[in-house]
Amino acid sequence: MNLDTLTLVSEQYSDELANYHHLIHICAGTGCTSANSMELLDRLNEVIKSKGLQDVILAKMVGCMGLCAEGPVVNILPDDILYRQVTPEDAEEIIDHLVRNEVLERLRLDTHLPFFTRQQKTALVNSGIVNPESIEDYIAHGGYKALLKVLTQGDRLAALEEIKRSGLRGRGGAGFSTGMKWQFVYEKSNSPKYVICNADEGDPGAFMDRSIIESDPHSVIEGMAIAAYVVGAEKGFIYVRAEYPLAIKRLRKAIREATKHNLLGTGISGTGFNFEIDLRLGAGAFVCGEETALMQSVMGNRGNPMPRPPFPAEKGLWSQPTLINNVETLANVPRIIEKGGDWFASTGVGKSKGTKVFALSGKITHTGLIEVPMGITLREIIEEIGGGVPGGRKLKAVQTGGPSGGCIPAEYLDTQVSYEALNELGAIMGSGGMIVIDDSSSMIELARYFMEFSMDESCGKCIPCRAGTAQIHNLLSLFVEGKATENDLEKLEELCEVVCNTSLCGLGQNAPNPVISTLKYFRNEYIEAIRRNPDAVERMEINHE
Amino acid sequence: MSEIQLTINGQAIKAAEGETILETARANGIDIPTLCHQEGVTPTGACRMCLVELDGTNKLLPSCVTRAADGMVIRTDTEKLKRYRRTILELLFAERNHTCAVCVSNGHCELQSQAQAHKIDHVNFDYRNPQLIVDLSHERFGIDHNRCILCGRCVRVCDEIEGAHTRDMRNRGIATLIITDFDQSWGEASSCTNCGKCVEVCPTGALFIKGLGAGEMVKNHELVPGLVNTREVVHAKN
Amino acid sequence: MQKIKLATIWLDGCSGCHMSFLDMDERLLALSEQVELVYSPLVDVKHFPTGVDVTLVEGAISTDEDLKKIKTIRQRSKLVIAFGDCAITANIPSLRNPEGAEKMLGSIYVDMPVVNPQVPRENLPVLLDRAKPLHHTVKVDHYLPGCPPSADAIYHFLTDLLAGGESDVSCYTRFGA
Repeated sequence: MNLDTLTLVSEQYSDELANYHHLIHICAGTGCTSANSMELLDRLNEVIKSKGLQDVILAKMVGCMGLCAEGPVVNILPDDILYRQVTPEDAEEIIDHLVRNEVLERLRLDTHLPFFTRQQKTALVNSGIVNPESIEDYIAHGGYKALLKVLTQGDRLAALEEIKRSGLRGRGGAGFSTGMKWQFVYEKSNSPKYVICNADEGDPGAFMDRSIIESDPHSVIEGMAIAAYVVGAEKGFIYVRAEYPLAIKRLRKAIREATKHNLLGTGISGTGFNFEIDLRLGAGAFVCGEETALMQSVMGNRGNPMPRPPFPAEKGLWSQPTLINNVETLANVPRIIEKGGDWFASTGVGKSKGTKVFALSGKITHTGLIEVPMGITLREIIEEIGGGVPGGRKLKAVQTGGPSGGCIPAEYLDTQVSYEALNELGAIMGSGGMIVIDDSSSMIELARYFMEFSMDESCGKCIPCRAGTAQIHNLLSLFVEGKATENDLEKLEELCEVVCNTSLCGLGQNAPNPVISTLKYFRNEYIEAIRRNPDAVERMEINHE
Repeated sequence: MSEIQLTINGQAIKAAEGETILETARANGIDIPTLCHQEGVTPTGACRMCLVELDGTNKLLPSCVTRAADGMVIRTDTEKLKRYRRTILELLFAERNHTCAVCVSNGHCELQSQAQAHKIDHVNFDYRNPQLIVDLSHERFGIDHNRCILCGRCVRVCDEIEGAHTRDMRNRGIATLIITDFDQSWGEASSCTNCGKCVEVCPTGALFIKGLGAGEMVKNHELVPGLVNTREVVHAKN
Repeated sequence: MQKIKLATIWLDGCSGCHMSFLDMDERLLALSEQVELVYSPLVDVKHFPTGVDVTLVEGAISTDEDLKKIKTIRQRSKLVIAFGDCAITANIPSLRNPEGAEKMLGSIYVDMPVVNPQVPRENLPVLLDRAKPLHHTVKVDHYLPGCPPSADAIYHFLTDLLAGGESDVSCYTRFGA
């Protein structure tokens, strides 16, 4: 497929859609499908057909619209009416109202909520609009134009320059400059080279990558193809967790369709560029999100992290130069190529450019997925977009970055979100999980929850992570159960330091973060726990009289 | 191979390019403690005992896998490193049931002697006391998981030197366990060649020759490095 | 010069550390110049006295009675020394820990071919579920590892202590020595 045929497909599909008076978008993300949205789609189609409206109204599945807690969500265009918690039984009433140009108030959700108006979408630009299972729909919304632009221009360095100028940084957590990463692999002269998309999203409370793949798989594939062209790779792998069956299904279909249209495969778009993508399914190990462990797993080995250096850019898959990018990072690439690095860099704050997808969960009114510009304050995210803490409770803290991150207490809510600002507070950007904690929660229990996670997910290779996380968990349990002493607090702090500084990979090095940050901001809870322990008092008293 | 200059513990040292910091240090009489390192097989950087400080970075480097480079200024014995190593050793003692007094390797155990060298006279953590098995199904050898520190030497030696890959690990984290073949008992593991190299490289009393009493299991530390050396010599001749 | 008041006791131990203590042989005479043995299985005193300067505690904390004793010892001693591996790591008594006390008792008194299978409980201290090192229950001032620590190790440790200095006996002893 070349640019002309791409435009043709795009125009044909857009014309087709323009024939309908109304489009009904039904969310087909995991949240909504598990709340029966596909049954709802079938029912809507039945009703449309039975009323002979099939030339006037089109019901189609689209990707995630963000408000997962209100699913299934239905959006009617061009009227822009949003319905929430729709059941198959509502189908007839919805169509009847639509025909009469009326709104079914009982299901209506206000589209003027800050949740919708305050977002700014780049990675999620097609989510909730494009049918994730239709390549034509993706193309009709500008898809694959960026890839073909890069291929026809044939200037790898210019594309690399665009990515560098955008200031895009890894969205998987560490925030390393994407352009630099590409450059390292680009500069390597040995071949073959590989491109990996890291879709092994595993943080509790994080579902950004799943949602992007489920909603817009082609954007990830396009991003990978552009990356591969720039760095000089012909083979790519998407490493996705087996726990994401819908994402896997859509990726498989998207890869098949892209290959069919010669947007993947050999001699892409009549150029000499070959690129094919294989899926690798992770068997449910969080540590395989760590790049060296991920590569071991791709090669069929036990998913143990390896010491770095050598970095993947030097010696990655089968000791060849390898580029690893996260899903959200890659989804941003086509947009940057299309609109330019400067356009992307015009959003954001400091060294954190563009937008970031966050998964809001915990004690918050609007649980779901949002994309916001870097530099927005936590308060705007939580109080405005997220609708605040429900049930008249007070916000206590926000946990970002999952088990590798930390908590940010309420008094820092006016912090502007950026990699640097969050690091400074002892939290991290992470992949984008944001868990809101209200005043009914114990911070020690929260820390223990994450430590249990890290303990279970440690690969077991290095001693500090394997045995250290287990001992930190044990110490935290003493605090939760009211059996801790001052000595245990001292031990806890020392052990956190050792595990951070001596563990082999990022999992262990960051595992103590939830403890360290709760100790920093909520130390009083630990002290209180010691005071609650009668033995702690006694133990101190039975020292020599 | 070109020569490089570096400083270890204030001592100016010459090294060949390509050498690891550990190799360079040991060649110059500076001992860096290790537990997972086994001469002759691939280093993995797993035990973290060999971490050293390098001027110009906050990150501690595993000396067994980090190549010595020109101009490096390295410290191997700071108070911080010693404290970290003590904690790592204590974590190991608390992880499984290492009862030195009744161990076949008592007096010849690397974990025990490292503890002594680091002046560990008690363990600051709660003992986990897991329930683990002792597999005595092999005709000549036994494995006592209570004493295993998961250094992976046996796995690597079996794979890289013997070429049998009888051993590997199952589970992860604190539940990790050394297994034979498809998690069968050792006696049933048909890929095992009964060579006993795994026993000789095991730093503790986890792998042992059956029929020995407490303190009677003395490992032959020269076996594997010797084999590797001989192979290289033979290979060079051919 | 006032003599140092020394006590020794064994909790869940085999008395081996005490035997090793006696192995100091003629050096005991030199020690007795500086030390008064106020309580010990080796002397005939029934109750643990107050105002003890140093107590050497052999053995692990295995029963409710051990627990009571160690608290008394801690209250009445200026310095508590974990004497030998059982006191420091729970050593041999801890071999039962992975199974827990009840399962172990059952496997011995019930599961074995015995005439009257029952776990003896009357007039006996209650076993804690796990045997514990001393420092998991009270503050311990010094540790003297070994199974048993050699007479040399004990001698050097005590003479260093009496001289008022910190003792490093790692060249004489270790876990399992």
